[in-house]
Amino acid sequence: MDLATFLVQCLNAVQYGLLLFLVASGLTLIFGIMGVINLAHGSFYMIGAYLAFVLAPYFGDWFVTQLVVGVLLAAAFGYLLEWAFFSFLYQREHLQQVLMTYALILVFEEARSLLVGNDVHGVPAPAWLAGGFRLGELMSYPWYRVFASAACIVVAAGLYWVVNRTRLGMMIRAGASNRDMARGLGLNIRLLYRIVFAGGVALAALAGMIAAPLSSVYPGMGGSVLIICFVVVVIGGIGSITGALIASLLVGVVDTFGKVFFAEYSGVGVYLLMAVILVWRPEGLMKRAY
Amino acid sequence: MKRSWLVPVVAALVLLALPPLLSPYLHDLVVKIAIYAVFALSLELLVGVTGLVSLGHAAFLGIGAYVTVLASGDSGGSVARVLPLAVSGAAAYALFVGALSLRTKGVYFIMVTLAFAQMAYFVFHDTKLAGGSDGLFLYVKPTLLGLSLDDKRTLYYTVMLALIGSYALLALLQRSRFGHALAGIRVNEQRMRAAGYPTFRYKLAAFVIAGALAGLAGFLLAVKDGAVNPELLSWHESGAVLLMLILGGIGHLRGAVIGAIAFTLLKELFQLEALLGPLASHWQMTLGFTIIAFVALLPKGLIGLRRRLLGGAHG
Amino acid sequence: MAESPPLLRARELTRRFGGLTAVDQVSIELHVGEVHAVIGTNGAGKSTLINMLSGELRASSGRIELDGHDIGAWPQPKRARAGIGRSYQRTTIFPSFSVLENCRLSAQAAQPRPWAVWQAAQHCAHSVGAAHAALAAAGLADQALRPAGLLSHGGQRQLEIAMCLATRPRVLLLDEPLAGMGAEETERMLALLAELKRSHALLLVEHDMDAVFRIADRITVMVNGAVIASDVPQRIRTNPDVLVAYLGEGH
Repeated sequence: MDLATFLVQCLNAVQYGLLLFLVASGLTLIFGIMGVINLAHGSFYMIGAYLAFVLAPYFGDWFVTQLVVGVLLAAAFGYLLEWAFFSFLYQREHLQQVLMTYALILVFEEARSLLVGNDVHGVPAPAWLAGGFRLGELMSYPWYRVFASAACIVVAAGLYWVVNRTRLGMMIRAGASNRDMARGLGLNIRLLYRIVFAGGVALAALAGMIAAPLSSVYPGMGGSVLIICFVVVVIGGIGSITGALIASLLVGVVDTFGKVFFAEYSGVGVYLLMAVILVWRPEGLMKRAY
Repeated sequence: MKRSWLVPVVAALVLLALPPLLSPYLHDLVVKIAIYAVFALSLELLVGVTGLVSLGHAAFLGIGAYVTVLASGDSGGSVARVLPLAVSGAAAYALFVGALSLRTKGVYFIMVTLAFAQMAYFVFHDTKLAGGSDGLFLYVKPTLLGLSLDDKRTLYYTVMLALIGSYALLALLQRSRFGHALAGIRVNEQRMRAAGYPTFRYKLAAFVIAGALAGLAGFLLAVKDGAVNPELLSWHESGAVLLMLILGGIGHLRGAVIGAIAFTLLKELFQLEALLGPLASHWQMTLGFTIIAFVALLPKGLIGLRRRLLGGAHG
Repeated sequence: MAESPPLLRARELTRRFGGLTAVDQVSIELHVGEVHAVIGTNGAGKSTLINMLSGELRASSGRIELDGHDIGAWPQPKRARAGIGRSYQRTTIFPSFSVLENCRLSAQAAQPRPWAVWQAAQHCAHSVGAAHAALAAAGLADQALRPAGLLSHGGQRQLEIAMCLATRPRVLLLDEPLAGMGAEETERMLALLAELKRSHALLLVEHDMDAVFRIADRITVMVNGAVIASDVPQRIRTNPDVLVAYLGEGH
C-alpha cells in the first residue's frame, strides 16, 4: 500500500469514526443519564438520512442551512417523542425497555415505508463541496468527506463545551450522578431529560444527514449503525463521552483497514475488537468519566 | 402439586393425536409453532430462570440450522450424526459468547450478546463459507431410524418429540439443585456468592444449555424448510423470540410455549388482507403497536392476564 | 478470653479508592469463642473492612489469613466455602422464596452437586437438613414455609443470620445485625450471638453501643479508616482517644 492510499484510508477511518461518534454520544448520554436502553436510536440516524433526501430538493446548495433545519426538526421530534413515549420507560426494567424500543423500530420502519417507500436513494453533495483534492499521483480525496469530518469535530467540540462548561452541562452531570439529590436541589429533572433526549436524537439525525451523500439512503441503515454503536458504547464505557470518542475512532480504524486487508471477513473485525476489550476491561475503556 | 403436570401432559397427548385432523396448511403451521416453542423454551432458561436477557439468541438457532445443512452435504445423513453436530456447533459458539459476555452485566450484557450474534450473522452473510446472503439448500433430509424426515408425518412426530423432550428437560432442570441455584442467581446474585456459589460457572452452564437447545430448534427448522439463510441469525429473529417470552409470560415454561403460539398466530393474523386490508403489507407496524400496548398493559404476559381474570393471589 | 490462635487474621489491610483511603493499615484478629466488635462513626471504613474480609473487595495492600493460609486472592465464593460467612446490613434475603428455601439454597452451596439434575432440590437431604438446623438455631423454625418477604423486619434480620449459619461457617462477619430492631428482638439476637460465639469466631459491626458493650469480648475502634484503639471493653470505655474521637468530649 503506498502512502497516498494509506493516507486516504486513514482519513476515511477518522471520518467514519467521527460520524459514529455523533450517533454513539447520543446513545451513551441517554443511557448514562436516563438509564434507558434505546434500540430505536439507529432509527433516528435513518430518519436523518431520509430527511436529507427529502429536504435536498428544497435547499439545493444551501447545505448548512439544510443541516440546521434538519437538526431543529429532529430535536423537536425528539422532544415530543420523549414526552409521549420515553418518559414512561425510565422506571421499567431493561427487558421491557428493549421490547418497547424494538417495537418502536418496527413502527418507524413501516412509517418510513409508508411515507417515502423502500427504495435506495442517492443524495447529492452540494455543488460547493464537489470534487476533491489531490493526494499523490492517483488518489484524490473528496471535499465532502473533509467537510463531514470537520462538521463532526465542530459538533464534538460543542458537545464537550456544553457538558463541561455550561450550567446545562453541570445539570446534566449532576442528574447523571445523583438523580434524587439533583431533584432535591430544584433541578427540573423532567425538562432536563427531555432536553438531553432531544439532543441525542438531533445528534443521531445530524449524523444521518451528513452521511446521506456518502453512503446513500437505504432501509436497513438504522439497524447496522445501531449495533455498531452498541459496540462503541461497550468499548468506551456507558455514559462516557470521551470513551465514546476513543472507541468510535478505534472502530473506524478497525473497520476501514479491515475492509482493505480482510475483504469479506472485515465485518467481523469490530466484534473481535469488542471481544478483546471484554477480556481485558469488561467495564469499558473509561468508566463513567466526563 | 400434582395438578401442574396435568395440563402439559394433556397438551402433549393432544399434539400427538392431531395430525389426521389437520389440513396441510395447518399441519405446517403447527410444526412451525412447535419449533419456535422449542426456541422460546431455550431462551426461557436464560431470561426466565436465570434472569439473563440475551438479545442474540438467534445466533444459536442459525448455527444449528447451518451446521445441519453443511453436515448433510449432498447425500444427507442420519439424525444420529447430524443432530449432535448441529447442537454441538451451537453450544460451542454459546460457550465462546457466554464466556465473554457474562463478564458484563445488565445493559452491557444485552448489547454484547446482540453484537456477538451480529458477528455470526456477518460470517454467514458476507463470506463464501456458507452460501453468502442467498443461504443454502438442504438437498437430502436426515433420516431417523431409517425413516426420512422428508415425510411430513415423520417430521411432525419428531418435532413434537423434541418439544415434549425439551419441555420435560427444562422442567426437570428447574426443580433440580442446579435450577434452584439459577433462580437464586436471578433474584440475588450477590447473596449466592456470599453463600459460596461460583455464579459465573452456573450462568455459563445455563447459557450453553440454552444455546444447545436453540441449536436443536435450528436443526428442526432447517429440516422443515429445506433451506437456511443468514436472516435466521438476524437481530429481528432475536427480538422475535424475546417477544414470544413476554407475550406468554416470563417465569413459566408454558409461557414460552403460549408465547410462541401467540406470536406466530398474530403474525399470520396481521398479514391477512381480508382482515386489515391495505395495512396487511405493513404488518410490522401493527405488530409494533401491539407490542407496545402489550408491554405497557400486560407486562406479565398472557399468563398474567389469566391470573388476573381468575383473581389470583399472586401479582 | 480466647488463647487459641486466630482463625481469621488481617494484617495492615488498606483500601484506596482513587485519592481516598477508605481503610488505612487495619489489623484485626478473630478467635473462636470471641465476639470482636468493630465500632466507629459513619464513614469510618467499617463496611469496606468487612467487604475486604469477605472477599467482595480486593485489598489495595495487606494480608488476610484463614487458618494461616493466605486468602487475599480468593474470590468471595471460595472464602465462603472455606468457612467465612457474612450477613449484610441491608437485608439480602430472597423475598419470593419461602423461609426454608432461603436457608436451603444457602446450605446447598456446600454440597451443590449441580449435575445431579434427576433429583429435586426439595429432596436434597443435606441442604434441607442444614436449613432446618439453621432455622432452629435462629428461632425461625415455626415460620419455615412462609414467603420470606412477609416476615417482620426483625424476622428478616434473623433470617439473614440463619442463611449465614446454613452454610456452616466457622467465621461470622455480621454487618449491623441489630439494625432497626426493637428491644425484644434485640434480646433474642444477643442471646443467639452469645450461643454462636461458643463455636464460631464472630466479627460484629454495630452502632448499638449498649449491645456492643454487653456482648463484645474485644472492641476495635475505627476513625477515618484507621484503628485508634483495640482492647477489651472496660479499657475502651475509659480510653481518652476513643472518648474524644468517637463518643464526644465530656461524655
